Amino acid sequence: MSVPFVFALAGAALFVIAFYGVFMHAHLLRKIMALNFMGSGVFLVIGGLARRTSGVLADPVPQALVITGIVVAVAATAFLIVLMLQVQTVTGRPELPSSDQD
Amino acid sequence: MSTLIWWLDVTLAASLVTVAWQAMGSTDLFRAIALFVAFGLLMTLTWVRLDAIDVALAEAGIGAGFTGALLLAGLARLHRQDDRRRRETEQTEPGS
Amino acid sequence: MAHILLPAGLLPFALGLAAAVLDLPERSVGLKPLVEAKAAASGVENLVTAVLLNFRGYDTLLEVAVLSLAIVGIWSVAVMPRRRAGAPDPVLAYLVRILAPFMILLGAWLLWAGSYGAGGAFQAGAVFAAALVLVLLAGGRMGAADRGWPARTALMAGLLVFAAVGAATMAGGRFLEFPTRSAGGLILLIEAAAAVSIGFILASAFRGGRPAGTPQ
Repeated sequence: MSVPFVFALAGAALFVIAFYGVFMHAHLLRKIMALNFMGSGVFLVIGGLARRTSGVLADPVPQALVITGIVVAVAATAFLIVLMLQVQTVTGRPELPSSDQD
Repeated sequence: MSTLIWWLDVTLAASLVTVAWQAMGSTDLFRAIALFVAFGLLMTLTWVRLDAIDVALAEAGIGAGFTGALLLAGLARLHRQDDRRRRETEQTEPGS
Repeated sequence: MAHILLPAGLLPFALGLAAAVLDLPERSVGLKPLVEAKAAASGVENLVTAVLLNFRGYDTLLEVAVLSLAIVGIWSVAVMPRRRAGAPDPVLAYLVRILAPFMILLGAWLLWAGSYGAGGAFQAGAVFAAALVLVLLAGGRMGAADRGWPARTALMAGLLVFAAVGAATMAGGRFLEFPTRSAGGLILLIEAAAAVSIGFILASAFRGGRPAGTPQ
């Protein structure tokens, strides 16, 4: 198994593990972290597969996509953290209200 | 020589998944965020191995560094808001 | 119940994902030949910068727009938390006083080097943001300058310059279609504005809300 596929498979595994984490954790900060891990998994798959070119240089278009993705992920994380702090201000806990309340 | 490099790559990929697992499974949030920053550093190494230097710079600066700083600031503010709320409820209900 | 259902459903998903990844051909030229063919006309030597700022410039414009939207969202939702009372750590203050100018210099260099090697607007913007956050942590205050139009212009400059360059290129050709002669200069202009904006946007996002006293 060549190098690109090693990292692409690691990215796929990371995506699935983090997907589980987003759903199972109740604490919002953990959900945000798991979301970031999911993003990193996707970037690994894209960037890993970009290395499949023969030659010294890798395919630059997927790398540009990954850079864009990293920046968008940090923007989303920043906004989500502010929303999480607002949730805690309103409900008192950094967790979404569960369905067995009300 | 190339099999040695291959094992390096496999170790790096396995470390990525392991650190992510540890970070998500950790009970202490501060430890989880510290592991997240470590994960970002491992990602930077991965990007260098994948010949994506620009992505490595972006991941180190924005992905590992800035997201880690945001998460830590968020955690600190969570605790501070929690302490403030606890102090306010104690003031409105003096004694027990 | 979800503890069992979710992993049970995720396992075939994971296996399918692994199969889909492994199914791809071992070698693939991708879009590299197309990029290399046009690299000379793009105005920069770094292939990734050429793709980001020239060939897929519209994506990057929208990315800067997403960042600007994030800071608008943060400013709409929350007010900046009050500063903690007490003097900042003197060791940190001393260190930042030495480090911050070098970090700004490093960011400027990364911006310039993006045309020829590794670097670019986003990497430079991250270093600028780090310098600003360090100054904030060491006790730097902006006072009334937070709310004024210089701060707001710095936040939106990247998006405005990018869109303005795009609109200007519509005069000769299509939106964001750079003429070959001035492509390098235009890319550097866009990158400079974007890097400054990204630095300010990220540092503002770190502070966590709009300055107190700003009308909503």
